[in-house]
Amino acid sequence: MSVPTMPTDAERRGPLGTRILALTLLVVGSAGFVYPFLWMIATALRTPEGVAHAGAALWPLQWQWSNFAEGLGSFPFLTYLRNSLLSTLVPVVAVVFSSSLVGFAFARIRARGAGVLFAVVLSTLLLPQEVTIVPQFILFRNLDMIDTLWPIIVPTFFGSAFFIFLYRQFYLRLPEALTDAALIDGAGWFRIWFSIYLPLSRPIIIATAVLQFMSYWNNFFQAAIYLTTDRWKTLPLALAGFQSVNGTDTPLLMATALVVTAPCVLLFFVAQRHIIGGISFTGSK
Amino acid sequence: MEDIVRGLEDLLGRLHVHEGLRPILSLVIMLAAVFAVLLAGLWGAVRARWISRNTAAFWIFVSPWIIGFLLFTGGPMAYSLYLSFTDWNLIDPPEFVGLANYAEAFTDPDLGQSIKVTLTYAAVSVPLQTVLSLAVALLMNSKVRGIHVFRTIWYLPSLVTGVAQAVLFIWVFNPSYGLANGLLRLLGVEGPRWLFDAGWALPTVIIMSLWTVGGNMVIYLAGLQDIAKELYEAAQIDGAGRWRRLWNITLPQVSPVIFFNVVTGLIYAMQTFTQGYVVTHNGGGPSDSLLFYVLYLYNNAFSFFRMGYASALAWIFFIMIMVLTALVFRGSAFWVYYESQRPKERERRVRAHHAH
Repeated sequence: MSVPTMPTDAERRGPLGTRILALTLLVVGSAGFVYPFLWMIATALRTPEGVAHAGAALWPLQWQWSNFAEGLGSFPFLTYLRNSLLSTLVPVVAVVFSSSLVGFAFARIRARGAGVLFAVVLSTLLLPQEVTIVPQFILFRNLDMIDTLWPIIVPTFFGSAFFIFLYRQFYLRLPEALTDAALIDGAGWFRIWFSIYLPLSRPIIIATAVLQFMSYWNNFFQAAIYLTTDRWKTLPLALAGFQSVNGTDTPLLMATALVVTAPCVLLFFVAQRHIIGGISFTGSK
Repeated sequence: MEDIVRGLEDLLGRLHVHEGLRPILSLVIMLAAVFAVLLAGLWGAVRARWISRNTAAFWIFVSPWIIGFLLFTGGPMAYSLYLSFTDWNLIDPPEFVGLANYAEAFTDPDLGQSIKVTLTYAAVSVPLQTVLSLAVALLMNSKVRGIHVFRTIWYLPSLVTGVAQAVLFIWVFNPSYGLANGLLRLLGVEGPRWLFDAGWALPTVIIMSLWTVGGNMVIYLAGLQDIAKELYEAAQIDGAGRWRRLWNITLPQVSPVIFFNVVTGLIYAMQTFTQGYVVTHNGGGPSDSLLFYVLYLYNNAFSFFRMGYASALAWIFFIMIMVLTALVFRGSAFWVYYESQRPKERERRVRAHHAH
């Protein structure tokens, strides 16, 4: 009886020609992809004359570091930064806790109507927020919250359907015995959630916090609707109106755009593993 | 509700609460009242043994989401349906006009243009993104040294989203000093005016959208790495070539992930707003060539203050998205492969795998 041989490593990778082609595609594609990003950095370090000469080239640079100070100095940067941080970090904390609480209930507490309610939660995932934006605006107007950060912050205290779903899936994978033992010991549901499940949620908390940070740091739609004066403007909103303030000074604009993007890039490098884990988790199950 | 808010704010003002905190405290007081009623109701129901303690606990735990849903989704949906039958400029009281807003929508040339722009964008960018991100994920799935560096490079642009991305690409595609035309000039070609040309503006935004496929790539990569190695080994023993394996194993196995990405990508594409807004406000997108649906809705609501018409637009948008999603779901039966559809076969394979 002949035993079929397992494919060797080289066979599995394919013939040499294909591998070289794949590698070439990778290198060329990556270069093309990262180029606009590098060009953005290069432009941020040029003088306006340098930009006119350079065209598509990354070199030469004039090393105009003052572009950063000047670009940011042309508007109340610290105020916008504070507003951006407030309207990002408060929602991060709020949405992590509220979604965890609700997700825990869906995963662990057996109750009449839970299945139907969960279907409703999932169905709201398909509902674009633009559909409700007019009445929401009127709601916040009645609440006297126009031109404040509250319309951006308040809804996150009620959990997000997507994160509730993620937490539920995460908790379903934890052993059920955790709750049984605690229930026998007489612990209430709130204690079980707070002192057993929440401390075990570190990976999912980091993933949701990062995803929430990135989406709210770049939040433009709501900012454009609710924030009208300089007092509460966020960085994306300020960046969108940059040209009307500074004309067409490209280096200043690119420097400012870089600063606005920087926190997300930094966060990515700090929490790379968790972000990739979190994003893949969203697609797989 | 306005009266209650004003009353509460007056009360808080008399208590010398800081002005900026009065609106939020009024809301907290109202929510606390709602929550107290809910708690009392559940407590009574448990005492009367209508529901178990667990059921009561469940509804308390999920109450934040339910209140949020009623306040920010369910309630607003119903309210906007009512508003869509009115004419309202936010100042005078709403005036009931029946189906006039919907009738206007049917003959509104700007709305026709915005639907055309949005559907074209979705129909072109979603397939392109899907093919590109899947192709890149297949490349990234190979075992090349330093592949992590490549993955990071491809993922990085998807961190430059929203306004920053729009601002960057307005300059990348600047007709005189931009990167795109600079490169074309090296080839001796004078490039188009991109975002500043009515015919080129939308294709340019589609190219922009391809820059951020890194996010989808990561999802596909995870899907590809979930595929059982034995499938490939078995196929190779049976003599299946590279393309056969791609077509008969890889694609069916990742088809649920493709489906997920197509549905979310489609809804996301329909919601495009920022690119249209930022480019148009910077002098690009001539003759409404970037008038995305949501931008038109936004203009009606917050520039023209036509709340009734904007609500009708929102409902038309909602129905459009539902129909599109339903079509994709209906179509999915033909090309999405779920393991669980053949549970016995899967079980046998898993057992065989463990026997090794």
